[in-house]
Amino acid sequence: MNQLDESLYARLSEKARWVWEETLRIHRRSPETRVASSLSPIEIFVVLYYGGFLRQDSGNPRWAGRDRCIISKGHGSLCMYPILADLGYFPMEELEKVCQEGSFLGGIPDPVIPGYETVNGSLGHGAGVSSGMALALKRLEKDQAVYVVTGDGELHEGSNWEAFMFAAQHRLDNLTVIVDNNQISMLGPTDEIVSHRDLRNKFEAFGWAARDVPDGHSVTAIGEALLECRHDRSGKPKVVIVNTRKGNRVPGLENAPLSHVTAIKSDLVDQLLGDSA
Amino acid sequence: MSALLPLKPRAMRDTLLEATYEAMLRDSGIFFVTADFGSPVIDKIRTDCSARFVNVGIAEQNLINVSAGLALEGFKVFAYAIAPFITMRCYEQIRVNLSLLSEVRPINVNLIGVGAGYSYVVSGPTHQCYEDLTVMRALPNMRIFSPADQVVAAALPALCLDSNGPKYLRLDAQVLPVLYEISPALDSGFHVHRKGDKICLIATGYMVHTALKVADKLAASGLSVGVVDLFDLCSFSEDKLQSMLASYQGVVTMEEGFRGRGGMDAMMFDYIARRGINVRMFNIGVEGGYRFELGERSVLHEKVGIGVESVTGSVERFERTFSASSPPDLKNRGQKVIA
Repeated sequence: MNQLDESLYARLSEKARWVWEETLRIHRRSPETRVASSLSPIEIFVVLYYGGFLRQDSGNPRWAGRDRCIISKGHGSLCMYPILADLGYFPMEELEKVCQEGSFLGGIPDPVIPGYETVNGSLGHGAGVSSGMALALKRLEKDQAVYVVTGDGELHEGSNWEAFMFAAQHRLDNLTVIVDNNQISMLGPTDEIVSHRDLRNKFEAFGWAARDVPDGHSVTAIGEALLECRHDRSGKPKVVIVNTRKGNRVPGLENAPLSHVTAIKSDLVDQLLGDSA
Repeated sequence: MSALLPLKPRAMRDTLLEATYEAMLRDSGIFFVTADFGSPVIDKIRTDCSARFVNVGIAEQNLINVSAGLALEGFKVFAYAIAPFITMRCYEQIRVNLSLLSEVRPINVNLIGVGAGYSYVVSGPTHQCYEDLTVMRALPNMRIFSPADQVVAAALPALCLDSNGPKYLRLDAQVLPVLYEISPALDSGFHVHRKGDKICLIATGYMVHTALKVADKLAASGLSVGVVDLFDLCSFSEDKLQSMLASYQGVVTMEEGFRGRGGMDAMMFDYIARRGINVRMFNIGVEGGYRFELGERSVLHEKVGIGVESVTGSVERFERTFSASSPPDLKNRGQKVIA
């Protein structure tokens, strides 16, 4: 498949809208969840999980033939809960219980959740663990791909750069890192905290095949970039830097420097969703 | 201790790595990862098992994370570095991707740390390691092995390959005398070298050698003490050790790590209290903080209260408290430290 057809992109856009709404509904029920950083990667996850990039079996989450998706920015992946439920990893009713006693769906996801591979609450681990997985798959001559979704703030953790050097050294071209580049960390713009300067150039200097997606909320743009990665035979690990907006499409939250732990008032959620409960 | 046995003394890392190398030749499911730390045996591994050998460079965080990733895909992994760096430089990675993750996913990662205690004598406190038992035993799911000689070290890879979960193998960097002709049974987690009357010395790693020397000195003055090598610090047979201790009134723990900071001493306190074992305890470990003096290991040990002379004196004082029915004289503990 060299390109995704228009009808699929239309369905992906529709799905992304639904995930956005469901994420807000979960947040309305569980306002302690980190919603702003969970609104920026919605289109990334939707393209990965519904766009044909991940071979998965929701009835057998540890199926050996699956492509691996490591959600390194675990704190900002509340939007994965409706996606996994929709795909059948667990019943939709579980979405009603997020952060409640007895639920396995916490404020930060753990690998007790079907569909999550690793521990994700602590940042800076995904790149290294996935490098080990990608190396193992190479050595075992398996064709499964490894995807990692990370945040740009998370890239301040030095462990990432140890992993990036390692992956390039070992030509792990079965590894694709997707940076949810919302450019806002907890206390403000990433660029003002410790600037990544030119992230694409930085990755290229580390030996990666890097691509940018200027509009990170376009499923088409993300899909085209991931397709290019899939067909890239340069022998390099791949990175797609997806420019997104933290708190996407929520007035007062979108691109707000201190939005990281800001809750959205329930009446605003009502208004955004056009419903009352 | 019996007379030295005819095995040629070797560094325990060499015998452990030799056993690992032989296992790798037989089993294509074993991977070896190093943080740019080598040995002649590792040269054989990287030559003969090159597809399952990787050097991550001086990058211990990545050493652990890559090892975890390999293990998630089914490899049994040995990760190798200097002891303080493979434990404390990357503690967060060990906690998250080994200890925590192994709650829900089967992983077999074995951390080989070389340089227990003062064994890198001239390298100073960055390369010496007095805290690792404390920090590693704080982690659920982590098993800790602390062999006292090359024979037990050589037996560990087979045990590690047979049991899932993360493990830490704490190795001395020096060539130590051989204690065992063949490996003792590992399942009990300890080995009784000598039986005594009132007091039993329970030591781990290098301190087993010290304990045996102390027992010799005390025997010469008419005091018979037991000596136990505790090489499995997390999963030793609690029942068997309790039976063994039944005839003793006192236990002296001996570790080459800071005393009173949560290491083997705390582990034994917990065990004895939890089991209601009726013995009094005295702990031998490194007194004080970090030190920068150079000298023979035995000299450094005397300065921090864990040398043969220091321990002999401590055990004699501890023994006298039994006849006096009073607690150990803690004020004398630091006598040798000040010297």
